[in-house]
Amino acid sequence: MYSYNEFDKAFLAERNAQFRAQVERRIDGSLTEDEFKPLRLMNGLYLQLHAYMLRVAIPYGTLNSAQMRQLALLAEKWDKGYGHFTTRQNIQYNWPALRDVPDMLDALAEVGLHAIQTSGNTIRNVTADHFAGAVADEIADPRPVAELIRQWSTDHPEFQFLGRKFKIAVTGAEHDRAVTRAHDIGLRMLSRDGQRGFEVIVGGGLGRTPMIGKVINDFLPEADLLPYLEAILQTYNLLGRRDNKYKARIKITVHENGIEKIRELTEARFAEIRPEFKGTDQDVLAEIRGMFSNPAFRNVPEDAFHAAYDADPVFRSWADTNLSEHKAPGYAIVSISLKAHGKTPGDATAEQMRVMADLAAQYAHDELRISHEQNVILPHVHKSDLPAIHARLREAGLATANIGLISDIIACPGMDYCALATARSIPIAQEIAVRFDELKLEHDIGHLQIKISGCINACGHHHVAHIGILGLDRAGVENYQITLGGDATETAAIGERAGPGFSADEIVPAVERLVYAYLDERESPEETFLQTYRRLGAEPFKAALYPEAKANAA
Amino acid sequence: MPRPFTPKVVTANDLLMGDVIYQTVDNVWSRSIAEAEVLRDEDTANARLAFGSAQAGEVVGAYLADVKVGENGPQPVHFREDFRMTGPSNYFHGKQADLQASS
Repeated sequence: MYSYNEFDKAFLAERNAQFRAQVERRIDGSLTEDEFKPLRLMNGLYLQLHAYMLRVAIPYGTLNSAQMRQLALLAEKWDKGYGHFTTRQNIQYNWPALRDVPDMLDALAEVGLHAIQTSGNTIRNVTADHFAGAVADEIADPRPVAELIRQWSTDHPEFQFLGRKFKIAVTGAEHDRAVTRAHDIGLRMLSRDGQRGFEVIVGGGLGRTPMIGKVINDFLPEADLLPYLEAILQTYNLLGRRDNKYKARIKITVHENGIEKIRELTEARFAEIRPEFKGTDQDVLAEIRGMFSNPAFRNVPEDAFHAAYDADPVFRSWADTNLSEHKAPGYAIVSISLKAHGKTPGDATAEQMRVMADLAAQYAHDELRISHEQNVILPHVHKSDLPAIHARLREAGLATANIGLISDIIACPGMDYCALATARSIPIAQEIAVRFDELKLEHDIGHLQIKISGCINACGHHHVAHIGILGLDRAGVENYQITLGGDATETAAIGERAGPGFSADEIVPAVERLVYAYLDERESPEETFLQTYRRLGAEPFKAALYPEAKANAA
Repeated sequence: MPRPFTPKVVTANDLLMGDVIYQTVDNVWSRSIAEAEVLRDEDTANARLAFGSAQAGEVVGAYLADVKVGENGPQPVHFREDFRMTGPSNYFHGKQADLQASS
């Protein structure tokens, strides 16, 4: 893992001291809210419906146990005992008081964390595959590149006032777990003739105008990365619209100008600035890479795992659902579900955070990851330790066996917290999870992703859900629209709107009808919801959603 | 004929705590919408909003919210204001808990 050097520490200390003074000047009246707002946003501090909200960056979703313990401390000392992990691999605290925020930031700095550029029209927290460094189908661990981009983009003077926010995601694997096609820039590592490089995807994004990104460069040599990113950002910064907030993201710039023109301008600018990069960035990258070497994997028997698997059906169910294949023999990747049925997706209490930190320290080479799916990952676990880990997770209410299933729902905070929301998300997620748990159907249903956003900005990724739910305000009443057939992976697709929305009371039964339609139509239990949808199209699902329309037409 | 004016209250967030507050007739800010001053015509509403907004050392983001007036004083019209008055629905946090603690 990356550890801060003296420069990083000094930079963060200075920045936090600056913000402390800005908070004081706001409180003593020297700064107006209009003056203070951009300053607080640059440091991750929002004002939401009921309170301030501090959004802390978890760079590329990676934490060590000391950092996780510090997140628990913040939750306990300055919040209401919990934190909310988000779809951008961040954590949000929903209840800080303004005066406490500088202390919270200093506490974060003690463990090399910050809230810089988690808001504002800048390059945001760089996200990455949450299985990075642990999977076999990987060209290389993407996190050193993500760290390089973090260092380059943090406080980059040219990119502090972009037309709009800017999100970059990186993956080193063939299977895309980082939703690279729905980011302003997505980077997919490739290997060609023994040389490492990237497929560079630009102009993806969800929100009001969902777009799948387009390939601007199908193989960018690794050493060209920063100048190329800079060329894209400069092109966007000049060409992007500033007349209309809703047309200001790079996806609109790409859409309106065409990828050819964007490529031409980027390449021309790249040719100009490439000579200015004389290799320091590559030296830094090499140094960062040295900090992300593989842990020393153990080679010991797996007997304890097999014994528990054979003897304990609860462990078996969890192992079948929450483990993924690891690149090292005898190892597994553990996904800890933060989606217990009826609980808030992505929330963890301070106590749960400490349990996960302890498990990471004791069994998992001191590493944790936060996934954009709002779960926590122990990336490197020897299988012989799994029974002990599972037992500890059960005690802490963290052993829900539902990764990838219908109750593993992404949900944004929605109108329970967010000032932008038009409807609630969390209660809908809770009700769906509880309902399918009661039906005891979710393991039979298999892989099915539901993602819920409480407004058109789509923090809940509903466009790329197999079943997406968008909460809106229709004439003063919460209303939920369904989209079908979205896909967040390397075969990314934007879901299709199914038809008129449903009230809060109607939405769970509507989802249930969709699921029964799938169970009726699937060719075998192996055919997933998405596969059935792709084979048959939307019609049978629309018929299930709107039975009265079918009856009227008959 | 001009459109009938919906009664309003001035509401904002507290600068230090960030919680929801309402302007009262006594020019103080209350945590309870029931204590809010009900504004019944547009000119008064705009004047009171201007007065509330000017208290930049205490409040953030003052605006006018529609209310209906019942037995217990003003109550929200829109569900967003219901949530602001109550707190989140997933935990017993925010106003619902604060008001219980203070009663």
